[in-house]
Amino acid sequence: MKTSVLRYLLLPAALVGSLSLYALRSEERVVPDPDNAGLKLPAGFKALVAAETGGRARHITVTPQGLIYVKLNRPNAAGKGILTLRSTATGKAEAVGGFGNYGGTGIYAKGGYLYASSDEEVFRYQLNAKGEVVNPDKPEKVVTGLINRRQHESKSVVVDNDGNLYVNVGAYSNSCQVKDRQKGSLGQPNCPILDSAGGIWQFRADKLNQNYGTGTRYATGLRNVVGLDWNAQAGQLFVIQHGRDQLHDIFPEMYTTQQSAELPAECLYALKKGDNAGWPYMYYDGQQRKKMMAPEYGGDGKKEATGNFIEPAAAFPAHTAPNGLLFYTGTLFPERYRNGAFIAFHGSWNRAPEPQKGYYVVFQPFKNGKPSGDWEIFADNFAGDAAKAAAGRPDHKPCGLAQGPDGSLYVTDDKKGTIFRIVYQK
Amino acid sequence: MKFALVTLLGLLIGATPAALAQQKKPTPKGKTAAKPAVSGAVTPAMLAAGKTIYTQNCLTCHMADGGGVETMNPPLSKTTWVLGEKTRLIKVLLNGLQDQDIDGEPYRNVMPAQDLTDQQIADVLTYVRNSFGNKASAVKAAEVKAVRASNK
Ligand code: HEC
Repeated sequence: MKTSVLRYLLLPAALVGSLSLYALRSEERVVPDPDNAGLKLPAGFKALVAAETGGRARHITVTPQGLIYVKLNRPNAAGKGILTLRSTATGKAEAVGGFGNYGGTGIYAKGGYLYASSDEEVFRYQLNAKGEVVNPDKPEKVVTGLINRRQHESKSVVVDNDGNLYVNVGAYSNSCQVKDRQKGSLGQPNCPILDSAGGIWQFRADKLNQNYGTGTRYATGLRNVVGLDWNAQAGQLFVIQHGRDQLHDIFPEMYTTQQSAELPAECLYALKKGDNAGWPYMYYDGQQRKKMMAPEYGGDGKKEATGNFIEPAAAFPAHTAPNGLLFYTGTLFPERYRNGAFIAFHGSWNRAPEPQKGYYVVFQPFKNGKPSGDWEIFADNFAGDAAKAAAGRPDHKPCGLAQGPDGSLYVTDDKKGTIFRIVYQK
Repeated sequence: MKFALVTLLGLLIGATPAALAQQKKPTPKGKTAAKPAVSGAVTPAMLAAGKTIYTQNCLTCHMADGGGVETMNPPLSKTTWVLGEKTRLIKVLLNGLQDQDIDGEPYRNVMPAQDLTDQQIADVLTYVRNSFGNKASAVKAAEVKAVRASNK
């Protein structure tokens, strides 16, 4: 109704000729905020607040037609756990609807379906030719019965080009101690958590009611993955892990508070089926570039890990909580960004008494499906200022990432629910 | 200046009954001389001791400002747990806590049981109950001891 009225109004204008053509073209130009939404960006990049969702916005996905779906950590006041937004001519996104009465993290659109997760299940919704959900009140249950014991509850989802669905199941523990996070408590032998969590599970994207029994544990030894994406160039799943916490709190005689703040690295892994990234038996020391034996399992801060554990593809500062991973395939950004990885760092809490850190989006250059060169901070200052970041009291916490049809980068914030949109304009 | 005087006066008045009570009551074995025997009084010594324990054992999760970490670790300012019934509060430290909503909010992390002495628990809880905008009576080692004895 609204659009038909609009079309009717625009029709005479279009007949006026070149003037109106200019008007239409300029209408499509995204208008950045004068302060770039408070973000610090490389030259040529601009940003705007695309929307305020008012909820804890977790992951985000954009359909080829430009519809934006945002997963909320919990349903909003109207009882909606998924929000639908549409980009307008100025680049702002207007709310067009909501559905799904469950909170969660994962959301991903691919091949005519929208996949969304609660903390226990994965659902799918058919999309029509406009990218709209056909039956918002009747999701199909793709996976059910995934473990959720509050800690590391997020079930992030991604679908590859062969119809496989990958789901993270985080470990409901810090380091598989007999008593979780308790000073001096040792590791449970043959960590039983790994049977049903602490890894990536693979399912079929088109089969319903799958569970642990019908799925495959694709990779293990991953404490908690929130950011994951399929890298089409490498034909490989990449995931980024939240490393373990509290080395000093639990083993004060082996680690100083400072060491504890800088260990272990947050690791990006390129996975193959059957890979083991080593949690809880090891952690990765990003400064020494070594796999270290966890103190719960015989380590002393110096012993290296034994066991067949994969090397990280890249390593990032400790405790900064990578929550979103996106391989950029757009053409809006300069060439060097193509096929590289953007990573949203939610920001730390486990660095105290050292200053907290994170609250930024990083760019890791890639070449031929492999990290190539050093990572750099791409979008900074989600915290608002340095003092807020250091205190762990940021304005925004970056979480999800998505690429718009025009190549814009969307970043969600799971503190205030702001949706940022980053563009490149010469 | 006027404000400072009023505050000072207020502090003196507030402190007087406790100070009197302390003088009157003979301190057993002279051991708790530094602690007021009167129920609920808070001394700077207790707060200082409590702050040290807080920094070493609690700050990691509940943060320097006691504000916690959204969705992970609850704040310690004006929660019904901190300001409420002492037995329940003491048990949080003795036993740890998990899967409990705090004033209607779920938190994902776990609170580990604390390997601290009765006096340390008393001091840190007294500190918490009188920091981060809280104002409540002290927790005494004897109270912790009693809860520990009947615990489980
Ligand atoms: C490993 C992180 C961690 C450490 C260390 C820790 N806590 Fe907690 N604490 C938590 C979590 C998480 C909860 C909530 C558990 C739940 O919701 O079931 C909690 C709950 C509490 C509560 C009750 C809820 C509230 O917010 O009022 C109190 C009081 C408390 N902690 C005090 C302390 C004190 C005092 C210390 C240090 C002696 C401490 N905690 C150390 C994580 C921690």
